[in-house]
Amino acid sequence: MGAATRKPMVEVEGVGKRYTLGNIGAGSLRAVFENWFTRKPTPGGTGKNRDFWSLRDVSFIVQPGEVVGLVGRNGAGKSTLLKVLSRITEPTTGRIRLRGRVASLLEVGTGFHPDLTGQENIFLNGAILGMKRWEIAAKFREIVEFAEVGQFLDTPVKRYSSGMFVRLAFAVAAHLEPEILLIDEVLAVGDAAFQKKCLGKMDEVAHQHGRTVFFVSHNLGAVRALCSTALLLEGGRLTLQSSPAKVIAKYLSSAIPNHGDAGGHLEWTGETPGPGNDELRLRSITLRNESGDVVSSFDAGQPVDVEICYDVAKRLRNTRTYILVHTSEGENAFGATDHLHQPEVLEPGCYRTTFTIPGGLLNRRGYILSAGCDIPGERTLVPNAEYLRFIVCGSGNQSCLYPESWPGTVCPRVPCKVGRISGDA
Amino acid sequence: MSQPASPAGAGKPAQEYEIVIQRSRGWMRVDWRELWEYRDLLAILVRRDFLAKYKQTILGPLWFVLQPLLTALVMSIAFHKVAGVSTGGLPSLLFNLCALLPWAYFSQNVATGAATFTANSHLFGKVYFPRLIVPSATVLSNLFAFTLQLCVFFVFFAWFKARGAAIHLSSASLLALPMILLTGIFSLGVSLLIAASTARYRDLSHLTPVLLQLWMFVSPVFYRMEQLTGSNQWAWLAWVNPMAPIVEGYRVALLGETAGAHLPAMLAVSAAISIVTLAAGVATFNRAARTVVDTV
Repeated sequence: MGAATRKPMVEVEGVGKRYTLGNIGAGSLRAVFENWFTRKPTPGGTGKNRDFWSLRDVSFIVQPGEVVGLVGRNGAGKSTLLKVLSRITEPTTGRIRLRGRVASLLEVGTGFHPDLTGQENIFLNGAILGMKRWEIAAKFREIVEFAEVGQFLDTPVKRYSSGMFVRLAFAVAAHLEPEILLIDEVLAVGDAAFQKKCLGKMDEVAHQHGRTVFFVSHNLGAVRALCSTALLLEGGRLTLQSSPAKVIAKYLSSAIPNHGDAGGHLEWTGETPGPGNDELRLRSITLRNESGDVVSSFDAGQPVDVEICYDVAKRLRNTRTYILVHTSEGENAFGATDHLHQPEVLEPGCYRTTFTIPGGLLNRRGYILSAGCDIPGERTLVPNAEYLRFIVCGSGNQSCLYPESWPGTVCPRVPCKVGRISGDA
Repeated sequence: MSQPASPAGAGKPAQEYEIVIQRSRGWMRVDWRELWEYRDLLAILVRRDFLAKYKQTILGPLWFVLQPLLTALVMSIAFHKVAGVSTGGLPSLLFNLCALLPWAYFSQNVATGAATFTANSHLFGKVYFPRLIVPSATVLSNLFAFTLQLCVFFVFFAWFKARGAAIHLSSASLLALPMILLTGIFSLGVSLLIAASTARYRDLSHLTPVLLQLWMFVSPVFYRMEQLTGSNQWAWLAWVNPMAPIVEGYRVALLGETAGAHLPAMLAVSAAISIVTLAAGVATFNRAARTVVDTV
């Protein structure tokens, strides 16, 4: 479809989006009156409204059949770009041309009504996403099969388990047939098997049906696996459009604050509050070797201590701190949490969690450490983000005799024995 | 397994379908074709509003009828039995019901429509469709309820008629149809205007119910139009308030009340105001809708 006329599917020219921070355009009548009366005496009063450009001068072109990954830190403008592309809000400057129907999936289950049955919601949600009634009817059985909710079609969705709800919602969305599909983080939901099914469906949509997919995710592995190109957004500007591998590499190298050889230690002091919220805030993250030195390069045979210090300002229940270790290419190697070691209640104070990554586990390569804090199943306290990079070198756990690189995100010491069974050849 | 069915925009090759997104200027830019494309959503939303309202209540759709009936009963006692306001010889329950039903239709449209942006901010923040669909669906689904209520009105009508009340239907009863249309148009216009202003000034959401209540008392819902037009002090109210002649129009149509001399002229003014209100409402609503998710 559309192969003959090779016009780009999406053309974005100089798009910018401005938000006004603070006193948003006088949100109440009272503010309007106040503005009337205070305008003249205090000309500085308008200075309260600060403009903030969430997107600035973004231009790119996407061809039919491309799967585009949007990569960037929180607040880099990814969601705003998706919102502008999906026409939820208007850009302040610039122009976008979309050559095809657009469907956006910025959240699963948008518009689901809890009191309506599964069947009624399939039609409602489909229509909200832009499907015609006959299109939904034609795909109804497929949707039900994909969602695996057949026997609950006549049950109000408020009685669904959250897993069923998400499956049904994604199933409807997956059977949309727009030429351009915009997806935001939906894969963060559902169990592993269902996530795999979703990724498969996205792949099929793009590769077999030749549609264009925009995909925002913090799951860099999924971006690598699914996307044909990627866009890197930094501070609202598009800084790189290239292959996913290059974009991810640049993202990871720039995502981590640069602090030269002092690597291995990151501390937030009074002036720049650490990541977190009013309840819990990070104070420092430190990497130490076996002798307790703060370093950023380690021997493969030696353990790595990761110390995370954080201030708890309010009494918290059931929190956990976690780390994730990624390769420098962005693949997740493993993660660890202190959940089983945390006291049930954290009284206000300063706390330290130390993770010891055992020696003989890591591969000889560069790693990136990300961390976060949350209350499982409830809310995020410190969003997961990359903080430190470190290198593992030395003799290695598998290939000590040769300085070759060994495949794998990790390279655990695996006990093995070699023995002569008999003398006969 | 999942065969790609005929491509989405069936009749249209994908490449001809072009959407341009940029900051829009001007007021009167309504994409009628797009609205038509979304007619299925309109139908489904109407159904949803209707179904969801009374799911899980024991009496179910009976509430559509019971609510205005009980109000009419209370008002009959308060206004006509206790306060002794004249109904011009009509049975007071019918007199009230006949005006209360269209008034309830109007005020519910306005109350629900006015909250369009605030009540749907979550939906609007996540998916695009022409926002006009939502308040339009409200007006249509309330129309269903209104029709249902009118049926019950006719049951009471027949009962009072059989007991010899001076009420009758005639060819003038057809006047009810343009009255319904006018009520729909005007209420949609008002709700769009309020919705657009509420998006900017939240305070208005608290003011709307009060405004509606006040509006009801200056409209001849529980009293006769004559009581407005007959007084020098308040006659102008009947001219500037489009709902006054509309409400009176229903009584003329459905109860056979004699129309006042000025009623046709008043209705013409009312219709003109309604259409202007709707046009202004659509324009301001669309303008607000473009960036409302940034602020709500």
